[in-house]
Amino acid sequence: MDRQNRYRPFDSRATLGRCACGQHASQSEHERQAHASSATDAAMMSRDFVEAAAVRTLFPGDAARRSFMRAVGKGAAMTAIYSVLPIASLQEAFAEDKQGNLEKRDLNIGFLPITCATPLIAAEPLGFYKEQGLNVTLQKVGGWALVRDRMLNRELDASHMLAPMPLAISMGIGSQPTPTRVATIQNVNGQAIVLALKHKDNRDPRNWKGFRFAIPFDYSMHNFLLRYYLAEHGIDPDRDVQLRVTPPAEMIANLRAGNIDGFLGPDPFNQRAVFDEVGFIHILSKDIWAGHPCCSFSVSDGFIQRNPNTFAALFRANLKAAAYAHEASNRPALARMISAPAYLNQPELVVRQVLTGTFADGLGQVQRVPDRVDFEPLPWYSMATWMMTQMKRWGYLKRDVDYRSLAEKVFLLTNARRAMQQIGEPVPDAALNGGYRPISVMGRTFDASRPDDYVSSFPIKRT
Amino acid sequence: MNGPRRITARISIRQKAALCSIALLAVLLIVWQAATCTSGPDASVKSPDDAEAVEYAMLMGKIPETGAASQSSSKVTGFPTPAQFAAEASRQLAHPFRDNGPNDKGFAIQLGYSLARVAAGYVIALAVAVPLGFLIGMSRLAFLTFNPFIQVLKPISPLAWMPIALYTIKSSSTSAIFVIFICSVWPMLINTVFGVAAVRRDWLNVARTLEVTPLRRALRVILPAAAPTIVTGMRISMGIAWLVIVAAEMLVGGTGIGYFLWNEWNNLSLANVLFSVLLIGLVGMALDLLFAQLQRKVTYVD
Repeated sequence: MDRQNRYRPFDSRATLGRCACGQHASQSEHERQAHASSATDAAMMSRDFVEAAAVRTLFPGDAARRSFMRAVGKGAAMTAIYSVLPIASLQEAFAEDKQGNLEKRDLNIGFLPITCATPLIAAEPLGFYKEQGLNVTLQKVGGWALVRDRMLNRELDASHMLAPMPLAISMGIGSQPTPTRVATIQNVNGQAIVLALKHKDNRDPRNWKGFRFAIPFDYSMHNFLLRYYLAEHGIDPDRDVQLRVTPPAEMIANLRAGNIDGFLGPDPFNQRAVFDEVGFIHILSKDIWAGHPCCSFSVSDGFIQRNPNTFAALFRANLKAAAYAHEASNRPALARMISAPAYLNQPELVVRQVLTGTFADGLGQVQRVPDRVDFEPLPWYSMATWMMTQMKRWGYLKRDVDYRSLAEKVFLLTNARRAMQQIGEPVPDAALNGGYRPISVMGRTFDASRPDDYVSSFPIKRT
Repeated sequence: MNGPRRITARISIRQKAALCSIALLAVLLIVWQAATCTSGPDASVKSPDDAEAVEYAMLMGKIPETGAASQSSSKVTGFPTPAQFAAEASRQLAHPFRDNGPNDKGFAIQLGYSLARVAAGYVIALAVAVPLGFLIGMSRLAFLTFNPFIQVLKPISPLAWMPIALYTIKSSSTSAIFVIFICSVWPMLINTVFGVAAVRRDWLNVARTLEVTPLRRALRVILPAAAPTIVTGMRISMGIAWLVIVAAEMLVGGTGIGYFLWNEWNNLSLANVLFSVLLIGLVGMALDLLFAQLQRKVTYVD
């Protein structure tokens, strides 16, 4: 016991109780310092903390403790206290509670190299997974269908997925029905419609009959938003234009070759098309639906059942990363971090334009849109309901569905809320009562309590 | 000028061919250079006047950024020139064994993964094809039974096998090996069948008169007789296995030269794509030469 306990319970001069440890003026300052300390330090701290807490129970009044220490001396006091209190075993139990409850430490998490995955990627270089005692291997995956298959295989414990995918997989559309959950939304906004440069003067969607567009996947916000946007301008996305599922890199190659007229793709590929001088940004997805969800951090229900504590730890790491990514001041650093070959493998300049929202639009203008992409993790039920209405609208979902129960089953809003409170993130009021945030897409409000009316209100639909 | 003619008379056909190859390479490089250097000078000279235009040019990567000077100075879009390719290739060659976590490894490590995968799939294919080929080759009934299956399964592309494998095997790395196996097994199998079936009747008859046991007959008579055909099959199979690896790894991801290629294609870095294509070609050639050696060893003259 020669090592100094940082809480100094045996020190007659220190006060116990200003914050949890007594070293700091306030609890928040204590926490700030605690965050800064490393993982091995955390174990040490928990031992010290137990010791200090034990001493505090013996001497509820600080004055009494101090006079006792002064009277008998530190060594004698320590021996005396260790003889009456099972401090050592308490310390052990406490340490186990912190780390030992993780059912699984080595995790494989999949991602696609796009800016949508920023929080779950950044959590690795930022050390947020390590901090939770998790040993995460990030695996770059070649496409959305592969993500789906490798999640169903259980090769991936959790993965970056397009937000509508867990709904589709849970319902068994385009796969075997497997209960899959959206733990957090990764990003809101951050997509765009890109057109080939030759259409510079053809900006009115009403003239786009016969166009060929690329989308990343059927069950994607990209598909739903592009269809919505076209249909609002009187273009039937199934009859008047062609939509092709294409991996992002090939979107740009096809745009260059003239095989497609445009795409609604994930960033950084929209900006990359501008950077490579093959296209321009026609409209940002935030101007179709401000604050639309895009990608998600998803896990299978089975994984949550088998590993509840691991899942909670994963949750916390992800939410911390989302909070970090949300801060505009962190964006340039993030761009540097995630554009590395191991992650996005893109020019940093391109990624930075996406994340900071100061970007070249391909038409000679520099645009400043700080909320071009944002990172808001709460999976609102109303978002899920909207996605299902679009699946229904375009004929992906043929049967009747209980929107409400499915939305509330697949989107884990309550868990996200709880985890956010645990790490001290502010939770919006609407998330605490109901979880149905109002949605407005291109000026049309969506009433999540009457989804079927919403579907039938559209003139262009497949039902 | 009658000098060169006298020299050509003296050099051998091999040297002539080597000179022709080098000349062809030079022509290719010149064509490459000519085809790619067109879009050079227009952007570089004129410097925009107002701040907005400067910022735009900077964001487009046309002029270096004000803060970070040397970084990202060379913006390469579209097809690289030979010089750009050489710069990129030398950057890769400088760090063949770099290892920055699971998604960023040097090309030598990636090649190692690919070769290991090919070896695994190929050895399994060999272990299946040769015994099965013996069985089918030695029995007319077995041949007629198996033939329709072989003919149907033989022409299926690795890309077609991949989803089936992923779905049933439920492991992407095993699926890759399976796809290599299933695509490379056929040439070996068919060649073994024909090699075994074509062993001269006389030799088999001699073996029968000497009352050689079936196992001994297979190993001491049929195997050496059919070896050249079998090794030819093995050589073709190795070529196919190496063809398949890239397709399989592009789908499976994570490791291997196919993943490396996909990852660079995702970054639209054609210089690196070309680099890996060249690498794949060179390794394929080396593997083929290996089997050519083996083939020379087992060939006999009747």
